[in-house]
Amino acid sequence: MTSTDPSAASTAVPVVEAAGIHKHFGSTQALRGIDLALQPGRCLGLVGRNGAGKSTLVSILSGIYPADAGEVRLYGAAAPPLANVDAWRSKLATVYQHSMVVPTLTVAENVFLAHQPRRGGVVDWRGMREQARQVMLDWGFPIDVRLTCASLTVEQRQIVEIARALAAGTRCLLLDEPTAALERDAVQRLFLRVRQLVASGVAVLYISHHLEEVFEICQDVAVIRDGELVLTAPTAQVSKEQLVTAMVGAQGGPDVAGNASARPSPVHPATKKPGRLGNTADQVAPGLVVDHVSAQAARGSLRDVCLEVRPGERVGVTGLLSAGVATLARVVAGADPWQSGQVLLDGQQLTPGRRDLALLAGVGYIPEDRQAEGFVSLLSVAENTTMTITDWLAGKLGWLSPRARAAAARPLARRLSIVSAGLAQPVGELSGGNQQKVTVARAIVRRPRLIVAITPTRGVDVASKSLLLQELAEITAESGAGLLLATDELSDLVICDRVIVLVRGEHFTEFTEPPFDREALISATEGLLRSNGGGPGGSAPADGPAPAEGQEPA
Amino acid sequence: MREIGRRHAASDRPAVAEPAAQQDDAERGRAAVADIMVGRSRQAAGISIMRQAALVPVIILLIVVGSFVNSAFFTVSNMTGIGEQASALGVVVVGESLILLIGGMDLSLEGTYGLAPMVAAWLMVPAAAYGSGLLLSPYLAILLLLVVGAAIGTVNGLLIVKGRLNGFIVTLGMTIVLAGMQLGIVGGNSVFNLPAAFTYLGSGTIGTVPVSLIVAVVIFTVVGLFLRYHRTGRAIYAVGGSLEAARAAGIKVDRVRIGVYVAGSVLAAVGGLMEAGRVSAVTGQQGYQEGIIFSVFAAAVIGGVSLKGGRGNMVGAASGVVLLGLVQNILDLSQVSNYWIEAVTGGVILIALVLARVIGGEATAE
Repeated sequence: MTSTDPSAASTAVPVVEAAGIHKHFGSTQALRGIDLALQPGRCLGLVGRNGAGKSTLVSILSGIYPADAGEVRLYGAAAPPLANVDAWRSKLATVYQHSMVVPTLTVAENVFLAHQPRRGGVVDWRGMREQARQVMLDWGFPIDVRLTCASLTVEQRQIVEIARALAAGTRCLLLDEPTAALERDAVQRLFLRVRQLVASGVAVLYISHHLEEVFEICQDVAVIRDGELVLTAPTAQVSKEQLVTAMVGAQGGPDVAGNASARPSPVHPATKKPGRLGNTADQVAPGLVVDHVSAQAARGSLRDVCLEVRPGERVGVTGLLSAGVATLARVVAGADPWQSGQVLLDGQQLTPGRRDLALLAGVGYIPEDRQAEGFVSLLSVAENTTMTITDWLAGKLGWLSPRARAAAARPLARRLSIVSAGLAQPVGELSGGNQQKVTVARAIVRRPRLIVAITPTRGVDVASKSLLLQELAEITAESGAGLLLATDELSDLVICDRVIVLVRGEHFTEFTEPPFDREALISATEGLLRSNGGGPGGSAPADGPAPAEGQEPA
Repeated sequence: MREIGRRHAASDRPAVAEPAAQQDDAERGRAAVADIMVGRSRQAAGISIMRQAALVPVIILLIVVGSFVNSAFFTVSNMTGIGEQASALGVVVVGESLILLIGGMDLSLEGTYGLAPMVAAWLMVPAAAYGSGLLLSPYLAILLLLVVGAAIGTVNGLLIVKGRLNGFIVTLGMTIVLAGMQLGIVGGNSVFNLPAAFTYLGSGTIGTVPVSLIVAVVIFTVVGLFLRYHRTGRAIYAVGGSLEAARAAGIKVDRVRIGVYVAGSVLAAVGGLMEAGRVSAVTGQQGYQEGIIFSVFAAAVIGGVSLKGGRGNMVGAASGVVLLGLVQNILDLSQVSNYWIEAVTGGVILIALVLARVIGGEATAE
């Protein structure tokens, strides 16, 4: 199962060869015996779920940390020691998802970062620009090397990084989720460049969450799961289904009611969306209506997203890290602005980027980053819990008594069983799970008509996790509030009535009947398998803003 | 209030008192955790009370030392003198503490402290006393002084909050602009012959008690209560404790922050009015050239107001002001040479900071 690809051009010496790599962090075994080879002139796709060990493997191959056991060989020879960064870089370079260029320096400086050509002991500026321009020319990259990198687009910065690797003489590139931050057109241009590199004999390791990309540009594909390579094959010989099965493993997820019997069927476009704009005039739609919203955000933009959450309905939103799941939730909560479209709650328009107005309109918010946004650690449980209702508790002139706050907080603290030394204890002293409960209490104390929750169970232990989900479900059932649950934790979705999957910031598909099939959800987040009944051809057309290309294997 | 909260907490846990015959392990574990937390929290409460009272023994010690240094120290007239002197500074400390609580800082309060009374005085007095000759009514002048303060605070607040500029450099630039205007308006002269209504706040007395001291005590008390019991006051702590968390909780963080910059500058203007009344003139030196901002920061920090925001109270700030006032007065009465007095003052303040840190421990919980 952990063998290298037999059908590849095995005559050539592999550029990179990993043999029996083991790595553990503390008690976690991150990698268990990885064997992998990169051949010149081939592109190997590496896929796997979050936490499967992809990043660890990349770090070891890039010489960032050593393996516990096993060997990395470059061009058939033992890899240079980790301390010899230059030697390593000249053989293999990694382009990370997040840009590693220095924004204040020029393109030429970044291409030759720390290796500036010298003449007589000082930097040879003219020579540096000349050589940088030559690299750009050789590879057909259209960038003026005199520009500062701050003025470049994300795509151009990535090119600078690739150019830096090539200028160092590297013939092997590790691309770590290179399309995560790119627009669709830029992705196509990147693919062109990768094909061009591969054709000229460069070896590429292409790490991606998007299986369709792997099918588009990789000759070979390897699947990593729980620190092991479970599948290695030429791309032409495997199907998407086989890849997904390999990624997920044989045992279906036990945490998302693994019943394969009740297969979810995606909602057909005709049943929602189209008439939305026309309807608002004569009748007010109850609950949340997100109407053709587009938003720019660093952690995932949204493009033309439409969705509804009716009173008492629990709607899950999921997708990959960069798919805009958190952005959608933040937009609805008023924490992030949006650029076009509108968001309505019970027919009332919300103002972009105004959390305070969204609160007054009835949106409760459980933010993603608990430590930064969930509570004020110096202030007490009572004060944090009632922070959203000081206007209710205070008298006309704004004075309010700590006793009133404690009285308002007590029922919630009891209901969510917040363990503390008393309501006067600062929240910073509580355990993570209890801090999260305070954040939840703060969101629901105002009896919101819509609760927006982003990964509410992250970092919470198993017992508290099920309690939190159960409470959210009960609260929505009792109060008739809607719930918009944005999460990448598929097991959170058990409490949802519907699940919407975003891919690259667009509404990709929707599952309407719980229990949701874990495998189908995963393939949907990867941008595959819109429905599991018919083939991909059946559901692809006319779904408005759905990705059109890259659906089918080559 | 804290203590009351704690007692409630203790009575909230009847399960611990019951015989634990049927208790399952999980519940017992939870009770144990709660017990540990109560214990830790009591400890924390103890530390917090100690922190608030930390400066009391130091202040008593200073009074004893002062009495030995000079027999004139522990007299009614000297004590009211200290009160009068410390009042002006104290009101500015209240303003700076508010700004520190939201996690900001304002170096321009000393500029406002000089410029606002200068503008007001210049509009009141005749040209012979280096005024404008407009002879404005002192009541109108005081109103104008407050407006000047509010305007400076608004500009600072907008630049820092809406313009997202760094507060340090904005207010540093602002204080130099203000000090320059203070000199420019009157060509470097001092404005004197101030109307009695204008100087009343700084030099008037009720019985033997200076009006400025009464006003300062009232300001400390009102602001202290406001911070503790008003929703905007609590919002100040929330914003200073975590801007993002406050925003996510729906607090209008921009409005709170700008409002605090305005309030701080208005208080600095009031402090300047007190000082002008006390010395019956507005000099070009008042504020920036005296370098009062160091004393302002020192008093606040000695009093336990965190420079990182979200932590501190008016009881602490007031004791910081009293402590500095005593030190200043004792040094004035002692035999320290005039040329050395600043060095000694600075040294004593540094020692006081170290002491406050050791006893109270700013940010021990972090």
